[in-house]
Amino acid sequence: MSNYHLNYLEELEAESIYIFREVAAQFERPALLFSGGKDSITLVHLAKKAFAPGKIPFPLVHIDTGHNFPEALAFRDQLANEVNTTLTVRKVEDTIKQRSLTEPKGKFPSRNWLQTYTLLDTIEEFKFDCCIGGARRDEEKARAKERIFSVRDEFGQWNPKLQRPELWNIYNGRIHKGENVRVFPISNWTELDIWNYIRKENIGLPSIYFSHEREVIEHEGQLVAMSEYVQPGAEDVITTKKVRYRTVGDMTCTAAVESTASTLDEVINEIISTKISERGETRIDDRVTEAAMEDRKKNGYF
Amino acid sequence: MDLLRFITAGSVDDGKSTLIGRLLYDSKNILIDQLEALEKSTKNRTDGSVDLALLTDGLRAEREQGITIDVAYRYFTTPKRKFIIADAPGHVQYTRNMITGASNANLIIILVDARQGVVEQTRRHSIIASLLKIPHVVVAINKMDLVEYSEDVYNNIVIDYVEVAKQLGLNDVTYIPISALNGDNIVDKSTVIDWYDGKPLLELLEEVEIDNDINLTDARFQVQLVIRPQTDDLHDYRGYAGKVISGIYKKGDKVTVLPTGIETTISKLEVGGEEVDVVFAPQSAVVQLADDIDISRGDAIAKIDNQPQVSNELEVLLCWLDDKPLVPGNKYYLQHNSRLVRAVVKQIDYKLDVNSLQQQPVEGNVKLNEVVKATIRTASPIVYDSFHKLNVNGSAILIDETSNATVAAVLIQ
Repeated sequence: MSNYHLNYLEELEAESIYIFREVAAQFERPALLFSGGKDSITLVHLAKKAFAPGKIPFPLVHIDTGHNFPEALAFRDQLANEVNTTLTVRKVEDTIKQRSLTEPKGKFPSRNWLQTYTLLDTIEEFKFDCCIGGARRDEEKARAKERIFSVRDEFGQWNPKLQRPELWNIYNGRIHKGENVRVFPISNWTELDIWNYIRKENIGLPSIYFSHEREVIEHEGQLVAMSEYVQPGAEDVITTKKVRYRTVGDMTCTAAVESTASTLDEVINEIISTKISERGETRIDDRVTEAAMEDRKKNGYF
Repeated sequence: MDLLRFITAGSVDDGKSTLIGRLLYDSKNILIDQLEALEKSTKNRTDGSVDLALLTDGLRAEREQGITIDVAYRYFTTPKRKFIIADAPGHVQYTRNMITGASNANLIIILVDARQGVVEQTRRHSIIASLLKIPHVVVAINKMDLVEYSEDVYNNIVIDYVEVAKQLGLNDVTYIPISALNGDNIVDKSTVIDWYDGKPLLELLEEVEIDNDINLTDARFQVQLVIRPQTDDLHDYRGYAGKVISGIYKKGDKVTVLPTGIETTISKLEVGGEEVDVVFAPQSAVVQLADDIDISRGDAIAKIDNQPQVSNELEVLLCWLDDKPLVPGNKYYLQHNSRLVRAVVKQIDYKLDVNSLQQQPVEGNVKLNEVVKATIRTASPIVYDSFHKLNVNGSAILIDETSNATVAAVLIQ
């Protein structure tokens, strides 16, 4: 093996940096959709590297459901400050009021679906022509078929049957006025790749990714954190458990994993030996129908 | 650990999805909840086994119609390698998708049904593999269980395919008799096919030598964007961010900026914000030059003693990918890595029959999935190598000016 050889993480990193630079060069008003989770934190780290020693040439945009973990919000603010770029926050709460949307009900009232409205309004408000997202193809079946440059029409809709061929590493970001492109620089990374990269690059994460004590209730085999947004029923038993989060989404639709892993090495070991996929273990909203993600994407979701 | 990208190709019922499902399943890359979802979808099976093919169908229409529409990407890892599978549909009408999936592959698995032998589809997929210069070919002769694991059947198919490979100039071809359904020679060596002394498929995928797939001889770099922080401490900083397409660059190298032809020296190299002495393909890097030269996106930096070609008239093979036909004389955008120029398809010489490789006259317009030899004129020069010599610098796409769709794969001759 020659000295001029990249291992798989270095190769993935090189590809992602290439994609970031294509975005900056091809679009007039790109934005990075920042959720506060490990994937979007990794995106920010990659963007930093892509444009060094310059700063990241686009804002971070957070579509805030109002159901976030406070630890994730604090981390978000600190990170935006550290990379010295604009952080734009738009609240689903405001969209609900302005557009008189109906709040979801139930024990775990998820605003996940309503985020799409706020996202599309935000794209409109700032005339974003490109939104960079942290989706990975290994997450879910519909994602596995999406291009790295994914064109959305003026309603934000994805049309899986009309995707542009994506050849070699040539990315065609040309669009008509009103359309936008969703770009996924870490499409080819898996959950484990992300964790290994976080360890290699020593990337900081919100504390909830590591073991901590939390009040939870058990719902269909999943552990959901108690919070002001969750409406427990009379039959629910609130217990305190040692848990960590494998993904960070809304408090109402992200489940915790029982764990004592308090370091990156321990977390990675647990993920290697787990028998359940990331979405299956932690996302309450994906269980509704088999095509849940496909439907959401067609309607403008990330 | 390194990374191997491969594509699977086969006709409709060759068992392609079953093969991928089997690879993921037997290498323990399928998790419990995914398996449960699979069991739920496998309703009508009397024997209670799960249909591994369902693992790879992503969209609702695909599940409903039992077909694959688009390229899906799958990921799996063994202790030796990370793998990315481009799972492309086999139908003739989806040649477009196969080209998409094949364009980034180091290796192609061509599935042959042992009962059918080498058929038209096998030939077509092999021609695409040779057109796109996929370095490694694995011919997996599947459904061996349905021909009583016969060595003669296998040998006859190998004899037929050797002819195809010779005709197409495919150099690195490996043959494996398999049964994807039963798992023979997929992850573990088959005990039934005892006359076969080669490796099972997964071992082959783990061990195929891919280091030499990247050209480290001919140094090519294309500028994606210019980094100019213009801050107080980096007031005069001007770095050219881009990808090392091929080859190796060192600090102090004498280089030529193309297409202008201005010569200068590399004064500094950076990767991810850190200064380095050397960069190599396929790294993303920032290059700084000793002289102040006007350089913009799409310009190339090559070494003085090893230069690519520069021309605004290109002889190309076009694989047409759009429903709207190619009209000779029409204008398009041509995108060559990051360089975007206006282009006109001046002349179409002949059509290449993707089943026989024969040259045929073109009657009327060029339609979806057709491959033609053409001449393209660009508004400003392209800095390129022939696809045959250096595929990463000899490939481009055509974009329709009005629909913005990617309409053709361009292989520069």
